[in-house]
Amino acid sequence: MFESLSQKLENAFKNLRGQGKLTEKNMKEGLQLIRMALLEADVNYKVVKQFIADVTEAADGQRVIDSIRPDQQIVKIVHDELVKIMGGSNAPLITAEKAPTIIMLVGLQGQGKTTTAGKLAVHLKKKGRKPLLVGADVYRPAAIRQLEVIAGQAGVESFSLGEHANPVDICVMSRGEAQMRGCDTIILDTAGRLHVDDAMMAEVRQIQKAVTPHEILFVANAMTGQDAVNSAKQFHDNLPLTGVILTQMDGDARGGAAISLIQITGCPIKFVGTGEKLEALDAFHPQRMADQILGMGDIVSLVEQAQEHLDQDKAIKFAEKARKAEFNLEDFLEQMQQVKKMGSITDLIKKIPGMSQMMGPGADINEDELKYVEAMIYSMTLQERRKPKIINGTRRRRIADGSGTSVPDVNRLLKDFEKSKKMMKFLLKGGKSKKMLRGMPSFPGAR
Amino acid sequence: MSESTGFFGRLKDKLGKTRTQLVDGVRRALGGGLGEEAFEEIEGVLIQADLGVDTTQSLIAFLRAAARLHHVGDTETLIGLLKEELARILEQGDHAATWDGGGGPHVTLIAGVNGSGKTTTAGKLAARLHREGKSVMLGAADTFRAAAAEQLTVWSERVGIPIVKHQEGADPAAVAFDATDAAVSRRVDCLLIDTAGRLHTKVNLMEEIRKIRRVVQKRIPSAPHEVLLVLDATTGQNGLQQARIFTEAIEVTGIVLTKLDGTAKGGIVVAIQQELGIPIKFIGVGESIDDLQPFNPREFIEALFSGG
Repeated sequence: MFESLSQKLENAFKNLRGQGKLTEKNMKEGLQLIRMALLEADVNYKVVKQFIADVTEAADGQRVIDSIRPDQQIVKIVHDELVKIMGGSNAPLITAEKAPTIIMLVGLQGQGKTTTAGKLAVHLKKKGRKPLLVGADVYRPAAIRQLEVIAGQAGVESFSLGEHANPVDICVMSRGEAQMRGCDTIILDTAGRLHVDDAMMAEVRQIQKAVTPHEILFVANAMTGQDAVNSAKQFHDNLPLTGVILTQMDGDARGGAAISLIQITGCPIKFVGTGEKLEALDAFHPQRMADQILGMGDIVSLVEQAQEHLDQDKAIKFAEKARKAEFNLEDFLEQMQQVKKMGSITDLIKKIPGMSQMMGPGADINEDELKYVEAMIYSMTLQERRKPKIINGTRRRRIADGSGTSVPDVNRLLKDFEKSKKMMKFLLKGGKSKKMLRGMPSFPGAR
Repeated sequence: MSESTGFFGRLKDKLGKTRTQLVDGVRRALGGGLGEEAFEEIEGVLIQADLGVDTTQSLIAFLRAAARLHHVGDTETLIGLLKEELARILEQGDHAATWDGGGGPHVTLIAGVNGSGKTTTAGKLAARLHREGKSVMLGAADTFRAAAAEQLTVWSERVGIPIVKHQEGADPAAVAFDATDAAVSRRVDCLLIDTAGRLHTKVNLMEEIRKIRRVVQKRIPSAPHEVLLVLDATTGQNGLQQARIFTEAIEVTGIVLTKLDGTAKGGIVVAIQQELGIPIKFIGVGESIDDLQPFNPREFIEALFSGG
């Protein structure tokens, strides 16, 4: 997420760097680069105009010109402005005092509302809540069926009246249904609609008036361009929106729409969708997002995700072994399985500072290849896993045959493993990571 | 549902405003003569239509040079020059779909990221071809999204054409192969294969669609005859990257630009045409079955400059 914007900003500051002191002239050049970077990132034209004006004002004067490291100070000013725009702190979901809490999802077609409804249900279920998924999209063929399937996958209740019912009736009746089934939260999946479609906008207003949801979340795609402001404005004018969910953050869109959406709706971004699995819903943190925009990575949410899924004791043991470079392929296999619990490796990599830049744009881990790595380790004896050094030519051939791979594949795995062992030892001892990272071997499975 | 007054009806309404909107805006900015503000105003219009920084800057540079060369002193001429240049870019390449399978069935592969409107495009395209008197078959190779095959089945029933599908979770390449096979043995004119939405950044999913293309080609060596990338008009600069990576994987032959009935302009297709040489073949302008239209560069350009 946002790699390209980070790269651009870094480049902009690189040009500032090494000029000794910051002059008004070279600050202007830097800001022009930031302006272009923001526009390329799909931040709205008018929003960018305002942003540049704000940053110029904030940067103008002694503070920057007299500073020793002008580039860092400008980074801080840009960062602070981004945080200011994206809101102060992480905004949680509203819970009604008296159940059921009603959450309504609205937005244009194809933003991922139905999938997001399922993700929200999984999220709430994990918190001990009992959600009811309500299918109110009677227009898109099989949309209700899709929601029912997702409810099944999520292991939550679902309700609808079918494609011939009135969406307002479905939403109104869901209240009683929730009570009957003992559900404390209702998630209304409404049809995707165009903001210029008066009849459809009237319908969604009608639903809102009839059930007065506690949360009305505008679901929008992170790849959205300049038009984000127009659709968001119409929805905002028609409905009392309470928040935004940004989907498809696992693509490589720069996601500048986030800034536009917040500016227009005045609502916080409450969640971001980060993958196809129903678990792939993360909380949105403006501070971290700003860090991320400036290329500082999203290490905090990575840690949080790790805490949720990893076995702490095992993780600590592994870290100890890694530090002493004692870990073997058995540990590696275990570690891989732990990491897999956290979701897609590709998504994880994106959260590690510098990692995505290092791997370049479009870089991706082939998750299928990890399966081969797993198969190769499974084809080793316990002794071989513990002491990879004993794996000679004959053993390599056997492992290759056993795992359906080739000897060069096994060679590569063993080579990569040795390298990453060295690297981990180095990193955990706190070496000069930058130098090391440049020479970092590819993680087994990386393209 | 909105009654479909049609894209062109709405376009004409907008066109009335077009001239006034942009020309007045520019005129206001410069008060008669041709100054820096005129170019800034045009830059704003192009950026806000999602043409992107690079394309916009190259167009502005072109306009500056042309204005100097031809001593352009008024905004209307300037905008006329801009429209001509855009038309020159967008008229390159082959915009018309031929639907000629060279004796056998003509096979179209429909791809794109999630939510761009692939299944709807497959349905509407089927309706269009059916109405033109061709025998059409649908292949439901989206076996991933819940109920995607059911959604396409509804379309096949609406149009009254056969569909080849497997169970959810089945191998999409197997569906594509079976559909191609069925199209050959039933001697249909056109086969439209709908695929699952996939982000271009997912290596394994891009590998999967490569395989789909391969198995289709295995059954009919000249197929797929058309590979359409469905792009949502609200997509910003990422659209270029999508087009680039999908083309690398499956040799995209044309763009279908959907959801042009909102306020989004879809200007990223200008960058796609200019940088990758992929022509736009169809535009989606509404929800009704007839709202998929062949691409018309001139009308598209007029709409780029229309307000709202």
